[in-house]
Amino acid sequence: MSDDSNSDSRNMNRRALLKLVSAGAATTVLPIAGAAAADSMQGMHHAMPTPPAPGEEPAPVYEFFNGDEAAFIEAAVDTLIPSDEVGPGALELGVATFIDRQLNSGYGRGDRMYLQGPFIEGTPQQGYQLRMTPSELIRNGILDVNAKVREKYKVPFDALSNEDRVAVLTQLERRELELPTVPVAIFFNLLYDLTMQGYFSDPLYGGNKGKASWKMIGFPGIGGMYADKIEAFRNKRYMTEPMSIQDLL
Amino acid sequence: MATKLKPVDIAIVGLGWAGGIVAKELASTGLKIVAFERGAPRATNPDFMAPQVHDELRYSRRHELIQNLRKETLTFRNEPSQLALPMRTLGSFLPGEGVGGAGTHWSGLHWRWTEWEHKMYSGTVERYGKSIIPKDMHLQDWPIGYEELEPYYDKFEKVCGTSGKAGNLQGRKIEGGNIFEAPRANEYPNPPLTQSHNMVLFEQAAKNLGYHPFPVPASNASRAYVNPDGVALGQCHYCGFCTAYGCEANAKGSPHFTVIPLAFKNPNFEARTNSYVMKINLDSKRKRAVSVTYLDAGGREFEQPAELVILAAYVFGNVHLMLHSGIGKPFDYASNTGVVGRNYAYQSMGGVAALFPQGTYFNPFMGSGALGTWIDDFNSDRPDFAKLGFIGGAGISSGSNSGAPISRHPVPPGTPRWGSAWKKAIVETYHRMTAVGSQGSVMSYRQNFLDLDPTYKDSFGRPMLRLTFDWQENEFKQMEYARGICMAIAKEMGAEQVLSRRDRGRYSIVPYQTTHNTGGTAFGDDPHTSALNKYLQSWDVSNVFVVGSSAFPQNAGRNPTGPVGALAYRLADTLKDQYLKRPGRLVDA
Repeated sequence: MSDDSNSDSRNMNRRALLKLVSAGAATTVLPIAGAAAADSMQGMHHAMPTPPAPGEEPAPVYEFFNGDEAAFIEAAVDTLIPSDEVGPGALELGVATFIDRQLNSGYGRGDRMYLQGPFIEGTPQQGYQLRMTPSELIRNGILDVNAKVREKYKVPFDALSNEDRVAVLTQLERRELELPTVPVAIFFNLLYDLTMQGYFSDPLYGGNKGKASWKMIGFPGIGGMYADKIEAFRNKRYMTEPMSIQDLL
Repeated sequence: MATKLKPVDIAIVGLGWAGGIVAKELASTGLKIVAFERGAPRATNPDFMAPQVHDELRYSRRHELIQNLRKETLTFRNEPSQLALPMRTLGSFLPGEGVGGAGTHWSGLHWRWTEWEHKMYSGTVERYGKSIIPKDMHLQDWPIGYEELEPYYDKFEKVCGTSGKAGNLQGRKIEGGNIFEAPRANEYPNPPLTQSHNMVLFEQAAKNLGYHPFPVPASNASRAYVNPDGVALGQCHYCGFCTAYGCEANAKGSPHFTVIPLAFKNPNFEARTNSYVMKINLDSKRKRAVSVTYLDAGGREFEQPAELVILAAYVFGNVHLMLHSGIGKPFDYASNTGVVGRNYAYQSMGGVAALFPQGTYFNPFMGSGALGTWIDDFNSDRPDFAKLGFIGGAGISSGSNSGAPISRHPVPPGTPRWGSAWKKAIVETYHRMTAVGSQGSVMSYRQNFLDLDPTYKDSFGRPMLRLTFDWQENEFKQMEYARGICMAIAKEMGAEQVLSRRDRGRYSIVPYQTTHNTGGTAFGDDPHTSALNKYLQSWDVSNVFVVGSSAFPQNAGRNPTGPVGALAYRLADTLKDQYLKRPGRLVDA
């Protein structure tokens, strides 16, 4: 696995950078933005510009995640959907940014969920019965997984080799790792669903940069009008530059 | 303390298809009508404009047009011995919210139910005898036959600009249409939609096997059309953003741009949106509704006196308001008595995925909500119930509805769920996977019902509705039979691999299945087994009428919107021609 050392060092650097950004934010943003922004970190875009090196994408700045969480999510999405010869990976398409924004949104805060008690563990058929919102679930799940990973590997999830990350995610998927606070299947499935949503959704939400996943599978985007094409293209490949919402505004 | 408002003549609860049709038809009487809608006001412009409406995350994943569970939800259990727990996130079904209701985001499959589907009990007993009916099955006839509804079915199709091909025109069978449908007075208002590649394959395969394929009747207009009310519908773009979305072209028949704006042309009609109806208040003898209590968007409580109350909410809303207001006798599972909450049913969705050879292009992104080719050869009363051991049937179809990739990125079985192998598989599979689906009837049973939950309360402090439901042996047999047919058709279509599994699991509220919930306020001729009489009037409180699929005694293997619209038009005639002239009981109990 010749890629591993590269990807490891890249991620270690990323992690170190994120720590710096977070530390900076804590001292420079909070006194200005006030207590209301303390847990959402909104305003970081403006307060902490990270000038990109020439030819490089600017590093993402997160609204919701702290440095440890961002490092975990970046590593997780990069492992779930890696960059390879078939197409781009989730990390380069902005899926970590997508998840960060979703968790900071009404959805992440559970604004359309019923969250009143009593909370009782039901049958699988009765569905979700926790008191946690999606953002709380991911936040607690990251703490849980990192604690488990540290027990065995002495480092957090994001510092693992690619091989070890795959092994940990596989254990989570197969429910072979018991987590202290968050049911492992619920955590993994939410992380998985958010990753897929970020990879395939309209770029409007920060993921699927450049509509790259749409180009990869041959989905022509959201602007198609096919009344005169559905018959003409029966069993024929329909090729076009995909259009997104922003392209058509 | 509720602010008491000036009395009105008619209060309508819910402004989807059912409430919208009744509002439009009654507005011409000049009576003062107020409709209450729990959701927001909605119009094509600004709510459903392209390109923003083509947003899969917002509409299909975050369910922008669907009921907000934070405000109200229900509890669920599989059987009466279990503790029911709240549905905290959306899953199995997606009730609509906002002006237009589910009519804004439906697919547009627009059926007339067959003759047998209106008389499942007597039709079954005539042919097979009473002994074929399982003891716990509440099999019941509709109190009215297809013939009586035919003009209303016809009217509703014309309002929606339904695209299709008749298969039984005044008794004359027509090849290419559904030869098993009940006789129609008229052809569909618009010709069928254009078939996609998988539909052409399905049609040929079904014919090869001796079946009778036809285009699904679709309220997605195949051409620009002006309906009899003078409302223009645009031509369907086959854009692939239909089910779960509003339509920017007004090509999908929806009440928000057809009947509801026509109701608003009458100064005597008013809609109060973002208004949650809490309760219908009765007089001291509990024989007459006197008013409706509701909360406005700011949470202020109002009491709206009305002479006549029409419940036209979704199934769960109608049943919940009946139970919470004390209208009609609640169903009691232990004694198998009572009627409100009885006859709850659902629909069984099944089928197979079919993987075709590399180089096949189905272009799943070209399609519309109701674009499909269907067979009724195994639906309705076509199966031999005695031989097969179940009552009911399933429609079987293949359609092209959406290629939006958050929901649709299929892989062959055995593929990992993530990683490079998964990625390779989705790229290789996206264009060459299609499906043959089945949509089956579900009967009503003593053990499947709705009542009030003893523990959980909604955000307004009302006891939640409690759903008790599980699949029964009759439905397992029907699903398994339909699966076999789907497999045979998929193979005949030329699939390289047909992917399917036998499922005998319990009903789960977690995965989306269908928003075709029915029953709970069944209409009928016997007040011991129905909550409403044949005119959709409460047996107990004669100035309360209930319209919607909550009136169905059980469910068929096809979508419910056609009969919901037909019943709403019939109710409007009942009220205009009979009730409003001489208010009171229309049928003696």
